[in-house]
Amino acid sequence: MTLLYSFIRRIFSMALVLLVVVILNFLMLHLAPGDIADTIAQTMGGADEQDMAQLRKEYGLDQPFFIQLFKYILRIAVLDFGHSHFYNLPVYDLIMERFPATLLLVFSAQILSLFVGISLGVFAAQNPNGLSSLFVNMFSLFGYAAPVFWTGLLLLIAFSLHIPIFPVSGMRDITIENGNFFTHFFDVLRHLFLPMITLASIFFAYYSRLCRASMLEVLGADYVRTAKAKGLPKREVLYKHALKNSLSPVITFAGLSFSAVVSGAILVETVYAWPGLGTLAFNSIISRDTPVLLGILIFSTLMVTVGNLLTDLVLRYIDPRIKI
Amino acid sequence: MNKIENDKEENTNPLREMFSTFFKSYSAVTGFLILILITVMGFLGPLIYPTDPFDMVWMPFSPPGNDGFLLGTDYLGRDMLAQIINGARVSIAIGFSAALVSCFIGVGMGSFAGFYGGWIEEILMRITEFFQVLPTLLFAMVIVALFGSSVLSITLAIGAVSWAGVARITRAEFLRIKELDFVLASRASGSSNLSLIFLVILPNAAAPIIVQSALLVGAAITFEAGLAFLGLSDPNVVSWGQVIGSNRTYILDATYTVTFPGIAIFITVLAISLVGDGLNDALNPKLRSR
Repeated sequence: MTLLYSFIRRIFSMALVLLVVVILNFLMLHLAPGDIADTIAQTMGGADEQDMAQLRKEYGLDQPFFIQLFKYILRIAVLDFGHSHFYNLPVYDLIMERFPATLLLVFSAQILSLFVGISLGVFAAQNPNGLSSLFVNMFSLFGYAAPVFWTGLLLLIAFSLHIPIFPVSGMRDITIENGNFFTHFFDVLRHLFLPMITLASIFFAYYSRLCRASMLEVLGADYVRTAKAKGLPKREVLYKHALKNSLSPVITFAGLSFSAVVSGAILVETVYAWPGLGTLAFNSIISRDTPVLLGILIFSTLMVTVGNLLTDLVLRYIDPRIKI
Repeated sequence: MNKIENDKEENTNPLREMFSTFFKSYSAVTGFLILILITVMGFLGPLIYPTDPFDMVWMPFSPPGNDGFLLGTDYLGRDMLAQIINGARVSIAIGFSAALVSCFIGVGMGSFAGFYGGWIEEILMRITEFFQVLPTLLFAMVIVALFGSSVLSITLAIGAVSWAGVARITRAEFLRIKELDFVLASRASGSSNLSLIFLVILPNAAAPIIVQSALLVGAAITFEAGLAFLGLSDPNVVSWGQVIGSNRTYILDATYTVTFPGIAIFITVLAISLVGDGLNDALNPKLRSR
């Protein structure tokens, strides 16, 4: 019952966050120099005062601020994100077409970096002053200092151009026409590999550093000593007693980094021409396609909030004392 | 005798103690020197190496070292070395001023939330949480795309989206410090709320905020590079990210055109993070080893 209650409360607060993003969108559109009538007039090659007034009336720009805002929110609520000037398609369709690719990239990178980070952290914690700890520290410095798009380009140069193991760009090989499910699956996987590694490279070092620190703390606790004294095998002590109790700061941090993962995904997608929201955002900047950009902002915020909800559920599973 | 006096002096002057701890750490000093070197390069370099970074001086894709161009030329035949020297100015300027902006917002939000508590804290922390959920790069992209890409708008956009961490740390420090006796004493002697916040509590909460802000400078530099890479940079100034972004289609012909500016960003941010670590050791008495 309490779980259901807190779940409903979470959904409600997610909706609130999205509402605020929508209002912010509207505010920015309102405050930015020039409106949609100006844009249309520009593409038409100029318009006189009368035409401009007509255009403004057609798009409801002559109405009071709050009525415009209210109408904007209502439109977003029925998933009408407007029309893309550049693609001449509804923004919703454009986004839906590319959303799965970004979702795949973001979640696979997050899971990979958590997996690698935690294993590395556990490994380093067993030998706090050894080589593996040094490696973890060096790598977290690298993850902080190297811009992700640069890492991506370097990996691209190394593993697609000089040693051509992985494809240069895209998500699918269009030469594969009638393969079965597995050929397509491995094709996407092969394309996914470099973008996923690039995006994960920023985060796994942070996770491993955190996991190492929290493992070191837990390994000094009394119950670990008790477990060792009972004669439990080392593996069991390490993974069942220590790791489970040291995971929650790592998972919490992973939840907090979701927005950074999405931000990184935009850059990584641009490097590898991964057909997701990032490349769409890049193209809509170049073609000054504001409705698309605003739609992407809403959708990626949705993705981050869902990611946060998932991490909270995982956290609750790991540590039942935590209430979401 | 002399030694005892020295020790005494070191213990009585916390600022001097901080500096001595900072400058005893090799990595912190190295980072600090690199940072100064890059700043000097950005602001004085153009006087020593006056080639205009926008001038097409030679044929495109001349490899590094050939024809008198130390780092070669880019896809339009512009001097890479000049671009890297001039790019430092923008990175350093935007990095520091954006960090200052977000520090300002974050400290304001966090200190009021921590000091007043109650519904003020609830509202301010909700706003902070919101900015933690928002995909910051996209939000900054929208701001810059709508309001134009000048150095000012980019700085404000980066500053406006990256203050959440500072706000949280400031609030946590305020929550801890406001319960301490000296704050009570100061309140009893008639200090107003504002002077309690800014003159009594904030100086005592400064250490972790300074460390966090140092890291923010590095994050702001990579942030700016990311925006510039996507084509959202001030077209009137050279920026490292923008050099990478505009050359990336030609990596087959000239790998160095993306490698060199990337190395420049990497070294700068690395130096800042070394300085940040040094500041952390110097300012955090719990971790300091005596």
